[in-house]
Amino acid sequence: MYRIDFNKLRFLICDDNPHMRRILRTLLHSFGAREVYESEDGATALEMYTHYVPDIVITDWSMPIFDGLELAQMIRQPESKGNPYAPIIMLTGHSEKRRVTVARDAGVTEFLAKPISAKGLYQRIMNVVANPRPFIKTKTYFGPDRRRNTTNTYIGPERRGSGEVEVLQQPSLLEKARSTI
Amino acid sequence: MAKDKPGTIEVKSFGTHHVITQPNPLRKMLLRVPESDLDDPVGRAEKALAGLSGEFKEWMTIEADRLSAAHAAVMREGFNDKTREELFRAAHDIKGDAATFGYPSAAAAAESLCRIIEHAPDLGAVPQQLIAHHINAVQAIVRNRTKLDTAVVAGVLSKQLRGIADEFLTHANRDRPEHLEAILAPSIAPAE
Repeated sequence: MYRIDFNKLRFLICDDNPHMRRILRTLLHSFGAREVYESEDGATALEMYTHYVPDIVITDWSMPIFDGLELAQMIRQPESKGNPYAPIIMLTGHSEKRRVTVARDAGVTEFLAKPISAKGLYQRIMNVVANPRPFIKTKTYFGPDRRRNTTNTYIGPERRGSGEVEVLQQPSLLEKARSTI
Repeated sequence: MAKDKPGTIEVKSFGTHHVITQPNPLRKMLLRVPESDLDDPVGRAEKALAGLSGEFKEWMTIEADRLSAAHAAVMREGFNDKTREELFRAAHDIKGDAATFGYPSAAAAAESLCRIIEHAPDLGAVPQQLIAHHINAVQAIVRNRTKLDTAVVAGVLSKQLRGIADEFLTHANRDRPEHLEAILAPSIAPAE
């Protein structure tokens, strides 16, 4: 059996709602985390991400200045100086399936729909700590492998091919962040 | 840990993509413990959350009042980017937080309001009373929660509001299939 040594993990939480930040902080401290940094908007979160180099980011979706989705896109810049591989857990009141797809395509590692529970949060953290997925870089995507399962019975078109690689730089959202700070 | 440098990154290149694998930098945060280990971090966190519950009523009142203030701004100025955004954000926060605070019916009413704001083709054409009823429902659920008979009433109220809102949205989006699909799609939020 495994459990997480939380007191060595560094968290960055990003939520514009002070009550939700308090709840998150309480849960993480109760798990045993000692280093929990907080921001109330995406721009500050990006600054803190660069400065504190957290192990795990937990972010809301809807926020002022720029939102959690844009934050994820900015972190997932393969050529950036910061760590583009940190697990990102999207904790959000958005509970529609299409939102999960959009978040996944922005490079989010795990999606957790509110209302938050201690068990749900712990499971997501356990998943990113114990079972990290490889990263995929394509012309339009950089992030954790979106295929969680492999199946031998798949009969649709194969979107990933073989042959020569052409890598295009993703448009940088960093400029947008800078212009709003 | 983040302070350490990540291990060697392995990149396999294919025709349309690269697969990038690196040794799990968080692996050392996993501790192997015997099955008899009694540590229960989830239980501990649930207790800590319960310890906060004395503040939930006050927090919920603040959230409900923020929603009412956002609605008052809409009534004064009409819908513009700023008033729409604030009304949506206030409702969206209640949708996400209220069940944690012990007000699941307020969360349901707020979710219904979020759907109206997100999917109505023209917010100016939404009957004012439909929006006002959602605001009033949230306030009523929050203010009257301590009464023993209100839980059932609150549940019925939020379900009826959702039914009316969905009927309106389905009709208003009859020519917008992408919105119709979103309106009719099931939620992935955990059930109450």
